[in-house]
Amino acid sequence: MIYAILRRFGQMLFVMFGISVIVFLIFFATPGSDPAARIAGRNASPEVLEAVRHSFGFDRPLYVQYVTMMEKIFVTGDLTSFVNRGWKVVPAVMDSIPVTLSLVFGAAILWVVVSIIIGIAAAATRGSWLDKLLMALGLLGISMPVYWLGEVMNLITQSRYHDSWAFSWVPPLGYKNFSDDPKGWFLTLVIPWITLSILYIGIYGRVLRAAIIESLQEDYIRTARAKGLSETRILLRHALRTSLIAFVTLFGLDFGALVGGSALLTEVVFGLHGIGKLTYDALQNLDLPMIMATVMYASMFVVVANAVVDFVYILLDPRLRTS
Amino acid sequence: MILSVRDLRVSFRTNDGLVRAIDGVSFDLEESEILGVVGESGSGKTVSLLAVMGLITDPNATIEGSIRYKGRELVGLPARELRRLRGNEIAMIFQDPMTALTPVYTIGWQIAEQIRAHRNISKSKAMERVEELLAEVNFPNPHEAMSRYPHQLSGGMRQRAVIAMALSCNPALLVADEPTTALDVTVQAGILDLVRKLRATHKSAVVFITHDMGVVSELADRVMVMYAGRVVERGSRAELFSDPRHPYTRALLGSIPPLTGEKPRRLPAIPGSPPSLLRLPQGCAFGPRCPVHYEPCEAGKPDLGSGTHAAACFRVAQA
Repeated sequence: MIYAILRRFGQMLFVMFGISVIVFLIFFATPGSDPAARIAGRNASPEVLEAVRHSFGFDRPLYVQYVTMMEKIFVTGDLTSFVNRGWKVVPAVMDSIPVTLSLVFGAAILWVVVSIIIGIAAAATRGSWLDKLLMALGLLGISMPVYWLGEVMNLITQSRYHDSWAFSWVPPLGYKNFSDDPKGWFLTLVIPWITLSILYIGIYGRVLRAAIIESLQEDYIRTARAKGLSETRILLRHALRTSLIAFVTLFGLDFGALVGGSALLTEVVFGLHGIGKLTYDALQNLDLPMIMATVMYASMFVVVANAVVDFVYILLDPRLRTS
Repeated sequence: MILSVRDLRVSFRTNDGLVRAIDGVSFDLEESEILGVVGESGSGKTVSLLAVMGLITDPNATIEGSIRYKGRELVGLPARELRRLRGNEIAMIFQDPMTALTPVYTIGWQIAEQIRAHRNISKSKAMERVEELLAEVNFPNPHEAMSRYPHQLSGGMRQRAVIAMALSCNPALLVADEPTTALDVTVQAGILDLVRKLRATHKSAVVFITHDMGVVSELADRVMVMYAGRVVERGSRAELFSDPRHPYTRALLGSIPPLTGEKPRRLPAIPGSPPSLLRLPQGCAFGPRCPVHYEPCEAGKPDLGSGTHAAACFRVAQA
């Protein structure tokens, strides 16, 4: 078991190393993209260009540049932005991590709980009006783009009905630190959580319903009935348990991607300066060190989320333990 | 009398019309008796026993007739009441042990789950009982086997675990649906021995569904042969094997190679294939494949009649 964990950890490091090399090569070694020219600005004289090149180390071999870059990200942490000189990249990333994590964790809890309830309810009453209603709502949730939904939410809770009894509690947009103001942290995030999770509730509810209905066709469900178990127990202990495997796979992928910056649209709509927003801005300005740092950070979360999923698999399915 | 089934009819509504899977089946089962039910796939042998178990959950199915267990009518019994009998007094063993157990729980857990569904005992007491049961079905190392997952056991061992589970509440009636079909021949023999031994120790009556005449000749006290949803012949094992009356039974027995004497160069096969339950032939369903077919066979369906040894055939009635 320890050995398996260590091996998995080694794999994770290897994947992250691969990602860092590829990202580095794309931005620093692609023919025609001269980072020095980018920093020095338009109409810079060759002398200035040369000076910039030297001071950033672009005149040294690629592997030296790579090692220097990694050292600045992971060891000294003093990598500075190209666009905004003096702006330290690593602290900027560190500042946006809690914002994104708060947003995504809260939404994930919400969507997992709600979609499991919906999936079970729909599977248990399959074919009934409740099943049809829940699945139609799920489809509706999947069909609404998050930026549109977010704006509508803002329209309702921040302007139109903000003064009504229902939404007067909604604080202005932005992020409040949990350590400074836990209540404010929670209240500012409620609407973003709901907005972000609606899409996933729709997808996960439908996926879980299908998986449960499929496993209800299995022979072991007939055995469970022959044992004289109640329908509730059959559904929760036998059908749901074996259906969660597909659910967890999906969750690992989505969660990793969201923490890695895919929650961008939600972050922008609700004025949350998270990782997605940071990456987006860096890409707009071609701020290479910032892109490098955010991509490394995102890849780390995707890789970690996948490793966690693998461990949950082993917990859920004993068949995976022996091999 | 443990079980008394009278004129059982099970039909399914489908897009192509009404499928009469079971069309008027009657049989009785005495205490600690083994009844062999023989028939081809689609003859209705499994469906009729699923009906007894109350396990036909298809909303398009209708079940008519009477199924009395110890004098109590099971058809139309509320699901709650039926659940109390199922797994407790009436237990079932399934055909494929590979898929009959939930893959994510240990054998011990799954057997204890059944015991605790019907008996009000603690988890540790249930686990003790599980160990006894596994020992009874000849697990070499019952304590260790309890913490095994289904995928860690061989097919034969899984079937033993399924049998242990079925026996966990001392059922008065055990329904075995082709429990040896998916197993190797050597393992089959072990399972048959086990069923015989358990009948002796637990005094359970057993309904043993199979398509294997060899298994029936070894195990059953009485035999019921089914074809296209009806019983075509019933009788004691001796009667049926020494004096098969229905042409279908004869054909089935004729397709087993003899153990002694000269072996035929080619085993006779029954011509044709079983009829679709959607388009049963006029009159006797076996008519089109029957070697002694004559006019009355097309006029109406032959009755099984009464008596311990009976065959639903006009030729037999005539003789």
